[in-house]
Amino acid sequence: MTTLDQTTEEVLRLAAEHFKVPRAELNPADDFFTKLGINSLQALDLLTRLEQHFRIELPDYELQGVSDFRTLAKRIQSRL
Amino acid sequence: MKSFQGKTLSWQIRTGTIELLLDRAPCNEIGSDTLSELERFAGTLESLAQDAHALTIASARKEGFCAGADLRELYERSQALGPAQRVSGIRNFLERIHRVMRTLDAAPLTTIAAVHGVTFGGGFELALTCDLIIADKMTRFCFPELRLGLIPGFGGIPRLKRDVGNGLVRDLLLTGRSINAAKAQSVGLVSQVAAEGDALGVARATAAQIGKFDRETAIAAKRFMKPLLHDELEREIEIFCELFTRPAVEAGLRKFVESSDAQPYLP
Repeated sequence: MTTLDQTTEEVLRLAAEHFKVPRAELNPADDFFTKLGINSLQALDLLTRLEQHFRIELPDYELQGVSDFRTLAKRIQSRL
Repeated sequence: MKSFQGKTLSWQIRTGTIELLLDRAPCNEIGSDTLSELERFAGTLESLAQDAHALTIASARKEGFCAGADLRELYERSQALGPAQRVSGIRNFLERIHRVMRTLDAAPLTTIAAVHGVTFGGGFELALTCDLIIADKMTRFCFPELRLGLIPGFGGIPRLKRDVGNGLVRDLLLTGRSINAAKAQSVGLVSQVAAEGDALGVARATAAQIGKFDRETAIAAKRFMKPLLHDELEREIEIFCELFTRPAVEAGLRKFVESSDAQPYLP
């Protein structure tokens, strides 16, 4: 069974890869809009990547108010 | 006119396929300029179709296929008008876009939407006029209109009901959530999923295959398989105009237009 820490690490890795930033610069508590400098359209791209990687459907309304990687990973964890 | 380069879109005929390309920053929002050029295209389509067997519709914008109606223009124009003029203005816009969509829907050739990225609202509705939807794997489809206190107004509900089960129609409309290309394919909305950046290439290959068949047979088959939806489309315009007069719509539009939120495209 995948733990929340493992899911968080995967989210950080995928975000770093997709937005071409060094993984070491991203932390679980970071605000991903600020840290990655992305807007809501780019956040939807990240959502699609995450859905493909984890083979889940994550309705985008679940991301309302979510801006840090750790909380995002919790939302994913609840669908695994 | 065999080719056209406008402010918001262009078209050309390429190896027997009409290629319509949307190109208006930021993401092909449909306002009065795009509508005028779509009307021009619709008016030329029958003539263009004499030299083509297929039509592809794609976007040159990296953000996506089309983010829907131009809400900023809609809000700003409606602010300058009184309540009665507002409704007549929106009705006029809807009737014009419906004529374009009906022309595309019933086009005398096979039509393919090659979509990627944001395919929201009116953009989704434009794709639904096509016979086939080929989607880049990063595509997201969404009907966000209920967030604004509205329903889709470009013929989206009747066409979605025509193509998929009512459960999915209710899911997409009532939650306003977006779905990805794989989900859209699993429910029969998307016919093929392409690699990132390859939707138009796959659409061209599909158009080439379609070109092998007898044209008159393809047209007859399409007319038999693809029912037109006049009554429901008329009813949609009526419901949209009724809802448009409510204060919640003005508030929703103002919130969207004035938002500096990082998440205006999230529900």
